Amino acid sequence: MAWTREQMAARAAQQIRDGFYVNLGIGIPTLVANALPPGMTVSFQSENGMLGIGPFPYEGEEDPDLINAGKQTVTEVPDTSYFSSSDSFAMIRGGHMDLSILGSMQVSEQGDIANWMVPGKMVKGMGGAMDLVAGAKEVIVLMEHVEKSGAPKLVTRCTLPLTGTHVTDFVITDLAVFEFTKRGGTLVLKELAPGVSLDEVRAKTEAKFDVGLAN
Amino acid sequence: MRKKVYADAASALDGVLADGMTIMAGGFGLCGIPENLIAGIRDAGVKNLTVVSNNCGVDDFGLGILLANGQIRKMISSYVGENKLFEKLYLGGELELEFNPQGTLAERIRAGGAGIAGFYTKTGYGTVIAEGKPTREFNGHHYVMETGLTADLSIIKAWKADKEGNLIYRKTARNFNPMMATAGKITIVEVEELVEIGELDPENIHTPGIYIDRIIVEQGAEKRIEKVTTRKREEVK
Repeated sequence: MAWTREQMAARAAQQIRDGFYVNLGIGIPTLVANALPPGMTVSFQSENGMLGIGPFPYEGEEDPDLINAGKQTVTEVPDTSYFSSSDSFAMIRGGHMDLSILGSMQVSEQGDIANWMVPGKMVKGMGGAMDLVAGAKEVIVLMEHVEKSGAPKLVTRCTLPLTGTHVTDFVITDLAVFEFTKRGGTLVLKELAPGVSLDEVRAKTEAKFDVGLAN
Repeated sequence: MRKKVYADAASALDGVLADGMTIMAGGFGLCGIPENLIAGIRDAGVKNLTVVSNNCGVDDFGLGILLANGQIRKMISSYVGENKLFEKLYLGGELELEFNPQGTLAERIRAGGAGIAGFYTKTGYGTVIAEGKPTREFNGHHYVMETGLTADLSIIKAWKADKEGNLIYRKTARNFNPMMATAGKITIVEVEELVEIGELDPENIHTPGIYIDRIIVEQGAEKRIEKVTTRKREEVK
């Protein structure tokens, strides 16, 4: 059985250490905030200028001046701070964020990420993704293992425009967990979702990887 | 004596608008945008604008109304995914677009306002963003050169101002506003509350008045929320 989105988020949450400052991307990464083990002090950053993000507000208490990077209404926590976009990205680009967890369309066997553009199709923009992958101390990609069409997303070389090169540390999919030995290093399969076979992962992965499963 | 306070958007924009100019507009999504000033630019009808803003509003609100009115020739942004009209105009070749990574955009504006011509960043190295730009290696890491960015006019939004133009922003409505305040040849701020000089704590000014040329008090702002997300209140037992 492949992992659900919530289970993928919970697996990603296991990578978070007590005291971490973390930026979560839009989509499945957002779910990681709800999957933290209790008792940990973790601050979530939102690149539009907020450190220390609380839960969604109660109905009727939404504040148009208080949103996250996904433009959703959020709340403060007791240690929240606000700052400008340039301060926010100084935080990100200056290597102060412990961890960035984001989604992707493709990840290559060198750890390149492509997650912002499909030429001729989608015009959205990279937002803060290029800054996050270039600046965070650790980068985890959280994505489905294959496209809806069945095409692999872990590929030899990204065919879509890149977000960053040699920037990925971990890839967590609905089928498995992979780790790069170092930035730009070798991709290693570390863990399979319950009931998922190595053969299935091999069949659905284009990128070359070593097998380093724990017993 | 400095006279920075204007009655409304139309009078504050009088004499500063021209076809083909570059305008920076503060805000992140619809949060912290100068609604009255955007409407004022729409009413003035200036065309062929280059607009520097993180996003381009939504179809019928924020900068989206200038787009719908055919006034924007080029956008410099990091993310425009909330605007269907934008996608249509861009794919149809009617709109120029320069994507900047969000941190690069913020830093380009900060640098522009601070008189810094260019800087090196890791962001975008090895991607299309670096194409045609000088790159350089420092201590074994690769960097891309980016240039400072300025504008003919910056329109920004703050929470409070005194009559000197000292500004305080509120929560995440700060975003790009402080940098844009510094990077416009002329900067106009739209505020929710205007107070007398001396009423703001000098220790807590976010933007000093030197950057601000004109001030208006916002009238009838909608402050629309792009995505309302809430949680259920737990039952009191």
